[in-house]
Amino acid sequence: MIALFLRDLKLSMRAGGGALIGVLFFMTVVAVVPFAVGPDLNLLSRIGPAILWIGALLASLLGLDRLFQAEREDGSLDLMLMQEVPLVLTVLVKCLAHWTATGLPLVIAAPLLGLFMNMSEVAIGATMLTLLVGTPAITFIGATGAAVAVTLPRGGLLVSILVLPLAIPVLIFGVSAAYAAVQDPVPFLPPLLILIAITLFFAVIGPLAAALALRSASD
Amino acid sequence: MPIRLRVEGLSAKRGEDLIFHDISFVLAAGEALIVTGPNGSGKSTLLRVLAGLLTPESGTVRMDDTVADIGHPRELCHYLGHRNAMKHELTVEENLSFWKSFMGDSVGGSGIGIEEATEALGLAGISHLPFGYLSAGQQRRMAMAKLLVAYRPVWILDEPTAALDAAADRLFAGLVERHLAAGGLVVAATHQPLGVTARELRMTGFAGVEA
Repeated sequence: MIALFLRDLKLSMRAGGGALIGVLFFMTVVAVVPFAVGPDLNLLSRIGPAILWIGALLASLLGLDRLFQAEREDGSLDLMLMQEVPLVLTVLVKCLAHWTATGLPLVIAAPLLGLFMNMSEVAIGATMLTLLVGTPAITFIGATGAAVAVTLPRGGLLVSILVLPLAIPVLIFGVSAAYAAVQDPVPFLPPLLILIAITLFFAVIGPLAAALALRSASD
Repeated sequence: MPIRLRVEGLSAKRGEDLIFHDISFVLAAGEALIVTGPNGSGKSTLLRVLAGLLTPESGTVRMDDTVADIGHPRELCHYLGHRNAMKHELTVEENLSFWKSFMGDSVGGSGIGIEEATEALGLAGISHLPFGYLSAGQQRRMAMAKLLVAYRPVWILDEPTAALDAAADRLFAGLVERHLAAGGLVVAATHQPLGVTARELRMTGFAGVEA
């Protein structure tokens, strides 16, 4: 399993892997917002956490459709389906590798982009923390979408459409936790805990559903 | 290690059409079965059913007399399909060592090292190259090295020798021969003779089969 994790990491770092595409997209989206909104610093800092979250959500959807499709195209998926290792575990490890390659860079890039949005240190820290615990959920949900669309040649947009409604709770609780950290009377912990719960929930359901979809999609 | 592949009354559908119907055979340790027939007669479908990648319409695939308990017969099989299951971006060595540790060995044998495996395929010394740099024939041979690095008693081969030159053909026949001599099983679909003594299963499309 460690071998699979390392292989997927290597693949996403090498040419055409697209680990950095997500971060670049994230930066582009967030960097454009101040130009569109104008130099109203108060407004920027108010919408900052929400913009960062929207950017991160869209960026993490970007490479998801290739998660299983690339494996299917070169026949690796067939071999993965045949092993003694439970398919659920294989999917889980692939999700973790995908998140490490594409989700973690988003979390790391978030503070820099927070500065663009004139956010306070506390808001930046809170947004980073919510992204750290929230983005894995998007990957797990996305894996299910990617598995359902694995046989479709242009499944990218379909995956996003399938995944977005399920990812809305992640967005809601991620943003509300980030806001709760800066707006005083609102408690920070409950939305954060719910966010963690959502991630853990999808860490179980996502790979399970994806494995089922992959089994029935094989042809 | 007495192992037997028992197939009973197998039939499979693609979409609405029955591809083949009521295929039964028993393959004992050290035996090979060559599946022949014209294009579209269902050779690949049969192999994918044997590998557990397609669910049969009816019938069963079983492994008898195995030493250990297994969940599903497919776990004892190597499947070498049309596609090589190797990543073009990674080097040959990275590819093979990944499959070696990911697949592990079945009970009753152990895979050989990556250097030995590439040597056995006659391609020693180029395992540091990215897989995508190799020619089609070399890629195919490297994909065959997968059969050697992780041990499986049953090899399911779909057109294994397409894109191979005559020398590589003989080399591969030798590997199959050795696998059979060690008590392995081989099921192969092919148009060219494999160069090993084997039983033959002729697929004739939906007219039925003559074993």
